[in-house]
Amino acid sequence: MLILKCPYCGVACDETELDAGGEAHLTRHGPGSSDNAFEEYMFMRENPRGVHFERWRHAYGCGKWFHAARNTSTLEVFGTYSAQVIEPPKDIREAISAKVPGWRWRDFA
Amino acid sequence: MSEAVSALAGSSAHGFVDVTEAGLVGMVTIRGDYGNTEFRDKVATLLGLNVPDQRQMTTGGTDKLLWMSPDELLLVCPHGEADARVGALSAGLSGVHHLAVNVSDARAAFCVKGTASGVREALAKLSPADLRASVLPVGEVRRTRLAQVPAAIWLESEDRAMVVCFRSVAGYVFDLLTQASKPGSEPRYF
Repeated sequence: MLILKCPYCGVACDETELDAGGEAHLTRHGPGSSDNAFEEYMFMRENPRGVHFERWRHAYGCGKWFHAARNTSTLEVFGTYSAQVIEPPKDIREAISAKVPGWRWRDFA
Repeated sequence: MSEAVSALAGSSAHGFVDVTEAGLVGMVTIRGDYGNTEFRDKVATLLGLNVPDQRQMTTGGTDKLLWMSPDELLLVCPHGEADARVGALSAGLSGVHHLAVNVSDARAAFCVKGTASGVREALAKLSPADLRASVLPVGEVRRTRLAQVPAAIWLESEDRAMVVCFRSVAGYVFDLLTQASKPGSEPRYF
């Protein structure tokens, strides 16, 4: 059972109160982009064993989207943060580094 | 105009807690930017109630103002006055980005009354929310899930909770609460 804290409501939400939104921090490539860039955006996803960044929506609550950083193998949650950022904030990265030294996820480390 | 009726016309059930459909309750959804002091000030002046802090509610006279999300408030007022409140809000907030809608007839409200532990236990059977007194004190709003449908829960006092859900699922929620409060089925956890 996964429990994530909604950064907007501040409540500890059960997984069943949330909608999973897939991978976080994707860069959108739309019309006019190269085929390779569009393919990368449309289909290519990380599937790590370990540190992962995801989007979640507080569906049975405020209805807002937010980001979560968690460990897919231990189910440890490093933290949740606003959806209005393009990269994980410093405190989240430090929390991950404290637990998983040398972690790397896409361009973040 | 036709006569307003609540979803279940005040049905009630008696188990280890009493479940009663609350009848006609006025509810007005107010949306806007809390960061905008003009919005906050005008709402406070128009309703005579301060904009509540996160997950809290403010009470005054017959009205309650509940924090529903970072940009949504729920005004609970007498059913007959909901339209007047919407009129006052719409006029007073003109020029400020906002939304005020009378949702009274789109919702159903239930009152769950009994012992302090009974009320929390009946709700905890149906919801994944943490209903311990240390996490959900009296007067705090928790939007969550009751079995398969969304609902908002708050405790008016230790032995009385209010549940608000969509009107279309009122029968379902009433059955859930009735079943969860069946005598002899107390989990005796709280």
